[in-house]
Amino acid sequence: MNAAILVSILMTVAAAATPLLLAALGELVVEKSGVLNLGVEGMMLIGAVTAFAVSVTTGSPALGAIASMVTAAAASGIFAALTLGLASNQVATGLALTIFGTGISALAGAPYVGITTTRLGPIFPDALADDPYWRLIFGHSPLVYIALLMTLAVWWFLKHSRSGLILRAVGESDDAAHSIGYPVLKVRALAILFGGAMAGLAGSFYSLVVTPMWAERLTAGRGWIAIALVVFASWRPGRLAAGAYLFGAVITLELQAKAAGLSALAPEFMSSLPYLATIAVLVMISAGRRSIKNAAPACLGKPFRASA
Amino acid sequence: MLPRIELLGITKRFPGVLANDAISFAVQPGEIHALLGENGAGKSTLVKIIYGVLQADSGQITFDGREAQVGSPREARALGIGMVFQHFSLFEAMTVLENIALGMDHPPARRQLEAEVRRVLDSYNLALDPHRDVHTLSVGERQRIEIVRALLQKPKLLIMDEPTSVLTPQEVEELFKTLRQLASEGCSILYISHKLEEIKALCDRATIMRGGRVVATCDPAKETARSMAEMMIGGNLKDIEGRDGRTVGQVRFTVENLSVPGEPPFGTSLNDISFEVSAGEIFGIAGVAGNGQNELLAALSGEQRRGMRGRIVIDGRDITDTGVTGRRRAGLSSVPEERNGHAAVPGMSLAENAILSARTRKALAAKGLLRRSAAREFASSVISAFSVKATGARGMAGSLSGGNLQKYVMGREIMQEPAVLLVAQPTWGVDAGAASFIRQAMVDLAASGSAIVLISQDLDELLALSDRIAVINEGHLSAAMDIATVSIEELGLLMGGVHGKKKPASAAPAEGITHHGA
Amino acid sequence: MVLRLEARREPSTLMVFASPAIAVVTTLVVGAALFTLLGYDGIGAVMKIFVEPLFNPYRWQDLLVKAAPLAMIALGLSIGFRANVWNIGAEGQYVVGGLAGTGVALLTYEMSGYWILPAMILAGILGGMAYAAVPAVLKTRFSVNEILSSLMLNYVALQLLYYLTRGPWKDPEGFNFPQTVLFTDWQTLPKVVPGTLIHLGVPIAGVLALVIWFLVVRTVAGFQMRVFGMAPMAARYGGFQESRTVWTAMLIGGGLAGLAGVLEAAGPFGQMTPGFPTGYGYTAIIVAFLGRLHPFGILMAALVLALTYVGGESAQTAIRLPSAAVGVFQAMMLFFLLAADVLVRYRVVNRTTARSQRVSSEPATRNTERAA
Repeated sequence: MNAAILVSILMTVAAAATPLLLAALGELVVEKSGVLNLGVEGMMLIGAVTAFAVSVTTGSPALGAIASMVTAAAASGIFAALTLGLASNQVATGLALTIFGTGISALAGAPYVGITTTRLGPIFPDALADDPYWRLIFGHSPLVYIALLMTLAVWWFLKHSRSGLILRAVGESDDAAHSIGYPVLKVRALAILFGGAMAGLAGSFYSLVVTPMWAERLTAGRGWIAIALVVFASWRPGRLAAGAYLFGAVITLELQAKAAGLSALAPEFMSSLPYLATIAVLVMISAGRRSIKNAAPACLGKPFRASA
Repeated sequence: MLPRIELLGITKRFPGVLANDAISFAVQPGEIHALLGENGAGKSTLVKIIYGVLQADSGQITFDGREAQVGSPREARALGIGMVFQHFSLFEAMTVLENIALGMDHPPARRQLEAEVRRVLDSYNLALDPHRDVHTLSVGERQRIEIVRALLQKPKLLIMDEPTSVLTPQEVEELFKTLRQLASEGCSILYISHKLEEIKALCDRATIMRGGRVVATCDPAKETARSMAEMMIGGNLKDIEGRDGRTVGQVRFTVENLSVPGEPPFGTSLNDISFEVSAGEIFGIAGVAGNGQNELLAALSGEQRRGMRGRIVIDGRDITDTGVTGRRRAGLSSVPEERNGHAAVPGMSLAENAILSARTRKALAAKGLLRRSAAREFASSVISAFSVKATGARGMAGSLSGGNLQKYVMGREIMQEPAVLLVAQPTWGVDAGAASFIRQAMVDLAASGSAIVLISQDLDELLALSDRIAVINEGHLSAAMDIATVSIEELGLLMGGVHGKKKPASAAPAEGITHHGA
Repeated sequence: MVLRLEARREPSTLMVFASPAIAVVTTLVVGAALFTLLGYDGIGAVMKIFVEPLFNPYRWQDLLVKAAPLAMIALGLSIGFRANVWNIGAEGQYVVGGLAGTGVALLTYEMSGYWILPAMILAGILGGMAYAAVPAVLKTRFSVNEILSSLMLNYVALQLLYYLTRGPWKDPEGFNFPQTVLFTDWQTLPKVVPGTLIHLGVPIAGVLALVIWFLVVRTVAGFQMRVFGMAPMAARYGGFQESRTVWTAMLIGGGLAGLAGVLEAAGPFGQMTPGFPTGYGYTAIIVAFLGRLHPFGILMAALVLALTYVGGESAQTAIRLPSAAVGVFQAMMLFFLLAADVLVRYRVVNRTTARSQRVSSEPATRNTERAA
C-alpha cells in the first residue's frame, strides 16, 4: 500500500518534470548558440492550445503533440526573423513573444474552453504496467520517455557531434565563427526553431497529459522556470534533467499537500512554492560558484551582424 | 612562372568610404610579400576579400593562372588559401584540438586529427599541447593554433594579418623561422604589417597602400624604414620634440605590493606589483597582451577594487580606499586601451563624454545636476586644442574616426591637468598623424610636471617615450630598468616570462627589431 | 531590384520618431488582415478598437483613466530599461503597491482625515519599492538575473493577493465574496474634473513625466543610467557603480508601479479584489518601448495602449471580439516596433543603385591630418 502511494508520487514527479525538461532542453540548445529567447512561456502556450485543438478535431492526441511543435516553431520563427534578420533586442523580442503567445493562445483557445479531449496516456500495454514497480517504468506518457531520450540526444549532439561543436562555437564567439566561414545566423535560426518545437511539445504536455483541457495561461509561468533551470544546470543537459526532476518534486509536494489538505500553511503559499524555489535555486547557484560566468556561452544575448 | 595570386582592379566601397580603389598586384610562388600601410589604408578589407569574408564590388582575382571567385572562406581554403587573423578566430572555452577541427572543412576523426596536428607541430618545431583549453594559453601559443590550422590544409598562399603585434621579440624570431621554412617549400606568404624593420628582415617584396590605393611597390631590403614609412603616410615623419632634457622631480605616484584577484572567467590576477613614478617622468610598462595590463589599469584607476590589497599613493595622499571619482579628484586620470565603450560612449555627444570623466575636476556637474553648457565649452576647448576633427561638442563620439576619438579622449584627460596620467595603448589603431600628436602631447604633459604611466605592447613606442621601463608578465611586474641601458633581448625574455624560458635556447639577437626613434 | 540593409553611420533621428508610428499603422493593417483570416470582422475590430474611441468624447475620460497607470508604470520601467536593468516584475510591484495601500485603508477604516489618502499613497509607493528591492538585492548581492527573479515574484504577488482577499482581509459582510470592504470617502481618490471619471492619478502621471524627464536629461543620476545602458565599461570608467544603478532603477520602477497600484485601488476599484491585476505591469513594458523610453513618448504610447483596452471592451460587446484579441494587438505592436527599429540603425537600399553612393573624402584627408 505504501509502495503504491510512493509509486504514484514518483509518477507525479515525472509528469511534473517532463514539460520543464522538454522546454529547458530546447532553451539550452538556443542559449548554447548564443541566443537568449525569453519567449518560452509564449511558445508553450501556443503549443498547448494547438495540441488541444488538433487533438479535439482529429481525435488523435499524438497528432496534437506533433502539431504543437509545428506552430510553436513557427512562432519562434518570428523571434528568429526579428533578432537575427533585423538584429532586434533579444530580451525585448522574447518578452514580445511571450505576450503574443499568451494573447494568441487565449484567442485561438476561446472556443475550446470547458471541453476535454483524450489523454495522451501510457504507451505500453497495461499488462506491463500492472505491478506498481513496473508501472514506474512502463506506466508513463510517451512524452516522459521522449524527454529523457532527448536529454541524451542533446548531450551527445553538443558533446560529440560536429554540428554540436559548430553550434557551441557560434555561441562562444560569433565573430570568430563568422571569420572562419560558419553561417552564424543560419545556425542560430535552426537552434531557435528547435527551441520553439521543444517548447511547443512541452506545452502540449499540459493540455494533453496533465489535464486534457484548455484554459487561458495554462502553463502558469512554467516556461520561465524552464529558463531558470538552464541557468541552474550551467548549460549541461545531465544537470538539466536532474534539476527538472527536482522541480518536479517541488511541484508534486505542492499538489500533494493541497490535495490532502495537509498543509498548516495556506494553499496560496503552496502555490507560490515553485516560484520561490526557483528564486532560491538561482540564489544558490549564483552565490555558490563564481564559475557560472564560465559556463555561460560567451555571446549569450548579444546580437550579431557580420561586420565589414 | 605564373604568379600564385594576382589581383586586378579590386574595388570595395562601404557607406561613405572607398576602402579599396582598383588594387592590383601579384605574389609569386614561394615569395614573402609584404602588404604595408597605416590603419585605415584598406589592408584588412583587401585580405578579407582575398579570403572570401567580403566580396569585392568589382575587380578580378587570378589564382595559379585561373580566374577565381572566392565566395566564402570555405572556397578560399579549397583553392589553397590559408589565413591567420590579427584578432584570432579562436574559441576560448574550447580545446586546441576542437579549435583546429572547427577551422577545417572536413576534419578527420579525432585521433587521426591529433596525429596530424602533432606531425605539423614537429615538422615546424612548434610547441603546443593539443588538449589544453585555449584560455589557458599565451598569445604566442594561440597564434600557433591558427598557424597549425592553416598548415593542415597545406596552403599555397598563407595570409598573415599583423602577426607580430602581440608577440615577444623571441616569439617573432620563431615565427619568422617557420615562415621562411614554409616559403622555401614553395608556399607564398602575404604578410600584412606596419612594422617596417620586420618587413625589411623578412619580406622579398612590399606593396604599400595608402587611402585605399596602392601607392608604391618596393624591395624592402633596398629601402630604409624611414623611406618606407614616408611612402606609407605620404609625407615626412615628424620627430618628437622635447623628449630629452626633461628634468625628473619628486615622486608623485607610488604603488606598493598591489595584488588583485582576476575576474572570472579568464581574468589575470595581479601579484605584488610595486613601482613609483616621479614628476616629469614617463614610466613604461611593456608586455604581451593579456598579461594583466587591463587589470592593472582598472586597479589603479579604481574601476576594479574587489579583493584588492596593497597601497596606492598620489602626492603623499593614500588613495587606496577611494573609488574612481575620489582618485580623479586626487589628480589621477586614466585612458584605457578600448576607446569605444570604455573610454568613451559612442552613442553620446562629445560634451556628454566630457561629463563622463571630467565632471569632478572641471566642475561639469554640481549638486547632482549636469552643467551642460560648461560641458560643451570644455569639449569645444578639447576639440580645438587637440585638433580633433568633429562637427563640434554636440557631435556623436561614435561618428569620429579612431584617431580623432583617441585624440579627444587623450585631450579630455590631459586638459584636466592630472598629477598622474595612466595610459594604455594610446596609439593602438590610430593613424600616424594622430599617433605622433598623441605622443607629443604625452611628452609635453610630462614636461609640465605630471607623472605618466604608459602601458603598451609596442616596444618601439615605449623605447621612444619612456624614461624607465618595466615588464608585466602573468600579473607580475619586473623591476624597473633605465631606458638608456636596457636591451631588447632582456625585455623580450621578461615579456616571454615562463613561456619564454621553456623554449630551446632561442635568445639569439632579435634581428627583426631594433630600437629606432621614429 | 534587390533590397538590402545598409548600416547608417549615425542613428537616424527621423526614424527614432517615425518607427513607433510605422509600428502602430502596420499593426492596424496586419491586425485587420489577421482577424479577418481568423474569421472575425477584422476591419470592424480595428475601427472599434483604434478609431471609434478617438471620435467619441465620452470615451476620452476612459482613455485618460486607463493611460494614467500605464504611463506611471512605464515611466518607472523606462529608467531601468535605459540602464539595461530588466525589471519585468512591475505587475507584482503594482499588486503589492495596491495591497500596501489597502492595508492602510483597512487600518484607518474607522478614521477620518485628509491625511489618510496620502498615507495610503505613501504605503503604496513603499510597498512597490520594497517588492522591487527583492530582485535588486538578489542582483547586487548574488548576481541573480533580475528578469527571472522579478518575474517569479509576479506569481507570488498574485498568490499573496488571493490569500489576503480570501482570508484575513475579506469583507465579513460581503456574502463570502473574496474582496475587501469598499473604501471610505477619505480613502478614495478625488476626481479632478467633476462629473467625470478623471481622478487625481491622471495629472499625477503628467507631472511624473516631467520629473522623470528632468531626472534623465539633467541629473547626474540620469546620466549614470544612460551611460550604463549604452556602455557599462564606460560607466565604471566614469566612476559609477553598477549596484547603485540597479538599486536606482529597481526602486524607481517599483515605486511608480506601486503608486499606480494604490491609485487604481483608491480610484477606479475602490476596494481590493482578486480581479485587481489587469496586466498593466506587462502592457507597460510595451508602452515603455513604444514611447522610446522617453517620458513624453511614454505619455503618447500610454494613450495608444489605453485605446486597446477601451476599444477592446466595446469591440467585445459590439462585434463579439474575444477579450484576448487586445493582447494580440498589443503584442503585434511590440513586434512591429522592434522590426521597424531596424530603420533607426540601417537604411534600406536597392542593391543595384547602392554603388552610386557618394564617397566621403575621409580616407584621403586622414593622411593630411598630421600634427601641425
